[in-house]
Amino acid sequence: MASVGFQDVELGELQRRLTVLRIGLLLVVALLAFRLWHLQIREGPYYRDLSENNRTRSVILEPVRGQIYDRNGVLLANNVPSFTLYVTLEDVKDRETLIQQLTSLLGLDPDVVRRKLATKGGKLLPRKIKDRLSLREAAIVEAHRLDLPGVMIQVESQRNYPGGAVGAHLLGYVGEISAEQLERSEFEELHQGSMIGQYGVEKTFDRFLRGKAGQKSVEVDALGHEKRSAVVEKPEAGDDLYLTIDVRLQKLAEDLLGEEAGAIVALDPTNGDVLAMASRPAFDPNVLSRELTPKQWAEIVQDEGHPLNNRATQGQYPPGSTFKVIMAAAALETKTVSPSTTVRCTGGYQFGRRLYRDWKAGGHGFIDLEQALVHSCDVYFYTVGQRMGIDTIADYAKQFGLGQPTGIELPSERVGIVPSTSWKEKVKGESWLPGETISASIGQGYVTVTPLQMASMIGTIANNGVAYRPRLVQAIMDRATGRLQELPAVARGKVEVKPQTLKLIQEGLAGVVREGTATRAKSALISIAGKTGTAQTAALRTGPEKDIPKKLRDHAWFVAYAPVEKPRIAVAVLVEHMGHGGSAAAPLAKELIEAFVKLPPKAPVVAQGLGLPTAPAPMETR
Amino acid sequence: MIDRMIDNRGFDSFDWRFIGLILAILFLGVLSIYSVTHAQQGGTPFYLKQLMWIALGSAAFVAMLIVDYHKIARLAYPLYAIILVLLAVVLVMGKTSRGAQRWIPIGPFAFQPSEFAKLVLILVLAHYYSSAPRIGWLQRVVLPGLIMFPGLLLILKQPDLGSGLSFLAVYAAMLLMVGMRSQAIGIVLLFSLMLFPFAWELLWGSLHEYQRHRIMAFVDPEYDPGGKGYHALQSRIAIGSGELLGKGLYGGTQSQLKFLPEGHTDFVFAVFAEEWGFLGVLLLLALFVGLIWLSLEIASRAKDVLGALLAAGVIAMLCFCVVVNIGMTAGMFPIVGIPLPLMSYGGSATITTMAALGLLLNVKRRRLTLFY
Repeated sequence: MASVGFQDVELGELQRRLTVLRIGLLLVVALLAFRLWHLQIREGPYYRDLSENNRTRSVILEPVRGQIYDRNGVLLANNVPSFTLYVTLEDVKDRETLIQQLTSLLGLDPDVVRRKLATKGGKLLPRKIKDRLSLREAAIVEAHRLDLPGVMIQVESQRNYPGGAVGAHLLGYVGEISAEQLERSEFEELHQGSMIGQYGVEKTFDRFLRGKAGQKSVEVDALGHEKRSAVVEKPEAGDDLYLTIDVRLQKLAEDLLGEEAGAIVALDPTNGDVLAMASRPAFDPNVLSRELTPKQWAEIVQDEGHPLNNRATQGQYPPGSTFKVIMAAAALETKTVSPSTTVRCTGGYQFGRRLYRDWKAGGHGFIDLEQALVHSCDVYFYTVGQRMGIDTIADYAKQFGLGQPTGIELPSERVGIVPSTSWKEKVKGESWLPGETISASIGQGYVTVTPLQMASMIGTIANNGVAYRPRLVQAIMDRATGRLQELPAVARGKVEVKPQTLKLIQEGLAGVVREGTATRAKSALISIAGKTGTAQTAALRTGPEKDIPKKLRDHAWFVAYAPVEKPRIAVAVLVEHMGHGGSAAAPLAKELIEAFVKLPPKAPVVAQGLGLPTAPAPMETR
Repeated sequence: MIDRMIDNRGFDSFDWRFIGLILAILFLGVLSIYSVTHAQQGGTPFYLKQLMWIALGSAAFVAMLIVDYHKIARLAYPLYAIILVLLAVVLVMGKTSRGAQRWIPIGPFAFQPSEFAKLVLILVLAHYYSSAPRIGWLQRVVLPGLIMFPGLLLILKQPDLGSGLSFLAVYAAMLLMVGMRSQAIGIVLLFSLMLFPFAWELLWGSLHEYQRHRIMAFVDPEYDPGGKGYHALQSRIAIGSGELLGKGLYGGTQSQLKFLPEGHTDFVFAVFAEEWGFLGVLLLLALFVGLIWLSLEIASRAKDVLGALLAAGVIAMLCFCVVVNIGMTAGMFPIVGIPLPLMSYGGSATITTMAALGLLLNVKRRRLTLFY
């Protein structure tokens, strides 16, 4: 009835066998209870003693952070041993005495020490008080160890950037995790004192570089000094990064900018690899990765040159005449003009009551699109811009990646502005004025871009319309498996521009260098195509350039690619307040491109496979 | 026919006792988890997460209670198939923690199929034995063994020795319940003895280094107090130093000072024992014995073979986990990573245990429907 399988008899039999379980349970529980009685009652005092004398401390073993290399395996960031001072409150007899001692021995700021001792966590959590102690300071502490209960010196690894400021904005720096960062779930496994990437790829790839902390148990004496220790959980080293940049080009780009503020970006247009990305002024990540005093911080943050700002991805500038490349594409694609359409340039463009001047006082005469690019004729583009209207221009600017993030793996990328009627309505609450289209047509007015966007734009032209997302990291070496995991190049899409249009623009850009505004970029080594730009910063301009205070002078732009026939490098150069793109920016691009050509060919590390530089073994921390 | 009858009567005193015992143990668990983790920084506190698991577990409890267990048992094979797939998925793409791949990440949480597998195995075996007459050792021993084997293999491959042993325990309990002829027992013994060297090779070879160390440490925990025997020794110090009355809530230095790793999961009993002392331990044991005793009542009054076997399976699983967990924390067994049911922190385990208890009560509440 109830079941098909077993008869009632069997059910009864089955249930009788439960008795075995019942008896078994009672026996086993009695056994457990006896064992616990033995532990807790008979040997209880012994274990209580053990637990009280169990002065074992659990100490966190910091993982070794992954290293960073350039595309050829040149080391950009590693770790060096350094002394760190910890205090365990449990073993400290009198907090104020200790603070005084540390102040007099090491010259620490008593308020800083007090604040660090007061951070959250139990009495047994060692607080990091100072890192990068000199050998001398460490020796002083060791010599006074009997007077300093609870003080402990640990050898830890300190982030080191052998190149100093080279690639500072790309690499970023590391810093102690902040209280606010500790609250976030992505840092759940970290603790006060953990070092994390705070800028650059150190930040964006932190979860790979970070590794995993281990733990060791340290037996200490009554004063809290270590007697014996054993590793409970080994720390796991972080993964290594292989960047796409070539440090030789990177250094050259930075040297080319020299003391001037600005940015240089060099990309491989065929896959988006960032070959170099320089931003000036720069900072030394070695300094920022150390613990800074509030005063040092204030100096860096308030520096007028904004050295922490990565001008390549965060600097937003009017593109000036470099914008004409996009204007040309838009004008041809929308059939506003044909390649043979000419416009008469008399040196100015009258609109309403205002005369929009061309940069060339006498004008260019009758001029077609290609020549308008070559000689950067403003009137030509005023005219076609006016015919197309701002929204068409905005459409094409967006197609070429302006007004949106390039997606580079760096924190806080800015996107610039692609103005349109709806943009002005939304942001300014005003309607678009026709005169503003005229300014926008030559990359002035509301339009702003980042140097990286412009490098990507000119790379897209060079690569026949196929845009790639700029890629900074080409591979990650998984320390656990030893496998090199390559990050693929990501095509962002193809701009909707006909091949003939691109061809005409490419010819115009070659003409710019051959015979136009950028003859100073002409190279005997390689054919270069490009476009100059001069971005106005102040509306009113009177008198010759040299009389204007430098703060108000124009920014110089040059975007270029080479070789013309089969482009392998795309470059954007922006030099702040240096005037004309043709004279201030174009020569820098030429030098960089020539250096690129002359570089001894080297297969990137990823292609070399087994030729990887072997990483040193994780540092022994004790 | 029978399975359509729904027991509409309210809970009787038996049911209330049963639920009360479960809640009492859960409460002590949350208290211990809170005690050991309240100083943690960042993220959602463990005790809150555990309360959330208990809420989900209660839903599972109710679900397993209201659907007729005959219906649930009919789903046994499809469920088993799903679990096998999930166990395979874990091996391929699971989250690794301390050398073992046991978890499938779902958002911020990780889901551990091997826990659910235990309950599904109970359903499968109970369904197998009750759906047709199983005569002879081939049908009684070998076939169900073959059914269990792929799941066991996948679990051991993770490697999850604890869940693997629970699997075997459930299987053994079922065999015991359906009974074997003595000659069958003889054959099983013979075969297992013959296969033992191979099995040992397989088992030892499939263990991770840390597991071998743990087993070695079981033999002689004192030989390396900072290293391999660390867990075992710290756990014993924690329990022993609790003495008669314990050190009070939050007073357990062993666990508070983090000498004792995994204080909120596998070693929660040590935390409890340190803070509550021997008296608290006796109380907890009494609660567990009470719960299992009521469960045995249910099994022995089940109206059919399916019900009795389901109940027996759940009891076996529960007993095994409680005994092995407390045994290992008290230094009687090697450390194999079995959570203490209803006490240890963990979503998959809490939900599985509560679902299993729901199933038990289901068996009890449907036993009287026969007389309608």
